[in-house]
Amino acid sequence: MDRFVNIALPKGRLGEKVYDIFEKAGWECPSIKEPNRKLIFENAEKQIRYFWVKPSDVAIYVERGAADIGVAGKDILLEYEPDVFELLDLGIGKCRMAVAGPVSFRDDCTRTLTVATKFSNIAANYYNSKGRDIDIIHLNGSIEIAPILGLSDVIVDIVETGATLKENNLEVLETIVPISARLIANKASFRFKSEKIEKITESISEEIK
Amino acid sequence: MINEYNLRDDEKIIFSLRSLYEKYGYEQYKMVKFEEYDLYVKNKEFLVSENIITFNDTCGKLLALKPDVTLSIIKNSEDDPQGIHKVYYNENVYRVSKSSKSYRELMQVGIECMGDVDGYCISETLSLAAMSLKTVSDSCVLSITDLDVLSYAAGLLTSDGETSAALLMLAGEKNLHGIAAKCESEGISKDKCALFSSLVSLHGRPGTVIGSLRQLVPDCPSLPLLESTAASLEEYEDIIDLDFSYTGDLKYYNGIVFKGYIDGVPTAVLSGGQYDKLMKKMGKKSKAIGFAVYLDELEKLFRAGKDYDVDTVLLYGESAQRKALTEKVKELSAQGSVLAVKRIPEKLRYRQLIEF
Repeated sequence: MDRFVNIALPKGRLGEKVYDIFEKAGWECPSIKEPNRKLIFENAEKQIRYFWVKPSDVAIYVERGAADIGVAGKDILLEYEPDVFELLDLGIGKCRMAVAGPVSFRDDCTRTLTVATKFSNIAANYYNSKGRDIDIIHLNGSIEIAPILGLSDVIVDIVETGATLKENNLEVLETIVPISARLIANKASFRFKSEKIEKITESISEEIK
Repeated sequence: MINEYNLRDDEKIIFSLRSLYEKYGYEQYKMVKFEEYDLYVKNKEFLVSENIITFNDTCGKLLALKPDVTLSIIKNSEDDPQGIHKVYYNENVYRVSKSSKSYRELMQVGIECMGDVDGYCISETLSLAAMSLKTVSDSCVLSITDLDVLSYAAGLLTSDGETSAALLMLAGEKNLHGIAAKCESEGISKDKCALFSSLVSLHGRPGTVIGSLRQLVPDCPSLPLLESTAASLEEYEDIIDLDFSYTGDLKYYNGIVFKGYIDGVPTAVLSGGQYDKLMKKMGKKSKAIGFAVYLDELEKLFRAGKDYDVDTVLLYGESAQRKALTEKVKELSAQGSVLAVKRIPEKLRYRQLIEF
C-alpha cells in the first residue's frame, strides 16, 4: 500500500495560508509554489502528497480515503457530518455561523419560521434543539437577498465581518457556532499511518501555538 | 464443480468465514427477507439508517425488508440467560446509502453470541473478529474500545448526562480542542479535562495502552476485565489497536466495542460489540456480543487488487477446428479463466494470449 500521506488542501486563500503552516511545520513541498496548472504535488523525501480541491469537497476526499488528512471548515463538518477524526483547530479562517434577518425582524412563535440557507443540516439541527418549527428553503448562493424579497423570514449563513448584512439592512440575530479551519483525518488511514499523521498533527500544533 | 477459479473474491470470503464460524460451534441462522415494521420503529436509533422499505402484507400487516439482522435474531431467539446460543448469518440487508441517498442491497456476514456471555465469550468473539479480518488481508487493524472505561472517565468529569454525551461524542472524533472548549464552558477543571484528553488520545498495542490506563484511571472497576481480555488476545497483538476514541451508542452497547479495518479500504469493514442494553430493551435477560462483516466495503479492495479481467485470451481464426478448440478451452480452464474469441475486446486485461 501507498505509504505517502495524502493531504487535501482547500483551493483559494485559506488553502495557501494552510500550506504555509504545513511548510513552516516542516512538511514543505516546493513544487506547490511553482506557477503551473498541476493539481497534485509530492515531496518524495518526506513521503507527503498535497492536492488542491474545492473547499467543500475536502471532507468527502478524506471520508472516502482519497486523502488521509485534510483541512476543512467547521461549517462543512457540521453540515455534512463526515465520519472523520477532527484532530486540530487551526485557528484560521475564523468566522461564525449565524441567524440573520431584517433589522426590524421579530420572531412570531405562533407560525412556522421560514429559513433560507446553504446549510440545511446545521439550520435543522439548531432549530430542532430549540424545538422551533421551521420551513427550510435551500439556496446555493446570495442568501442575503431571501429575507429582503420576502422569500424567507431569516437566513442561516456564515458571517465574517457583517458588512454585507449591514449594507442590506440585515443584522445578526443569533450566533449558532464559531467557525474555523480544522485538520481532519480518515479513520482507517489513522490506523495504518498513525505514526506519520500524529507527527504531522504535533508539528502543526506546535506551529500554531 | 466449484473451485477457486469460479468463485468471486467476496464469495471466497463468505465461504471462508462460514467455515471459520462453524468450526467454533456457530450454527447458521436463516431468516426470511422481511420482518414486522414495528420491530424497527421501536429500535430506530440502533439502525445505521432510519429509512426502511415497507409494504403491506396481504392481511394488511405492515412489513419491512430487513435493514438489520441482529434485531431479528434477538427477537426470534430463545432467552436463555444461563445457557449459550451461538449463531452466524449470511444475509442481505436493505439500507439507504449515505452518499447516494438511495436504497442498496448489502451482503452481511456476522455472528451473535447470546446468553451467559462471560469473559471467555468476549475473548472468543474478539479472536473471531481478528481471524475474520485476517481472512481478508493480513494488513488489518482491530480497533477495540471499552465503553465502560470511557463512561467511567466521563463520569469523573461530570454527572450531567447531556455534558457526558457531548464529551463522548467529541471523544469519537478525537476532538481534543472540542473537549477543552466543552470542559471550559461547563466549568470542569483543567486537570480532569487533561485526564479525559489523555484517555481519548490513547491508542496502540494492548501491552502499552493497559500500562497507561492503570495510571490514568487506576480505580476504574472494569479495568481488570479489560486487562484479562487483552491478555487473552496476545496472538493477535500485532493487529490490535486499543483505542479510546471509538464510541458506540451507549443506549444499546456496553463494555467492549470494536471496529475492523483493512489497509486500502477507507471505512470500517467490521463492526461489533457487547449489546446487553439492547437485549434488556427488547425484554431479554441474556447478555450478548456479536459483529458483522460488511462485504460491500470490501469491493474497493477487490477492485484495486484485480490486475486482470481474464487469465487467458484464446484467439482463434475462422479455420479453427471446433472440437480441438473446445478441448483447448477445457484444458486452459482447468488452470484459470479463459476467454475464446476471434477478436480481443477493447481494453480487456489478460495475463496471457494464446493464438489457436
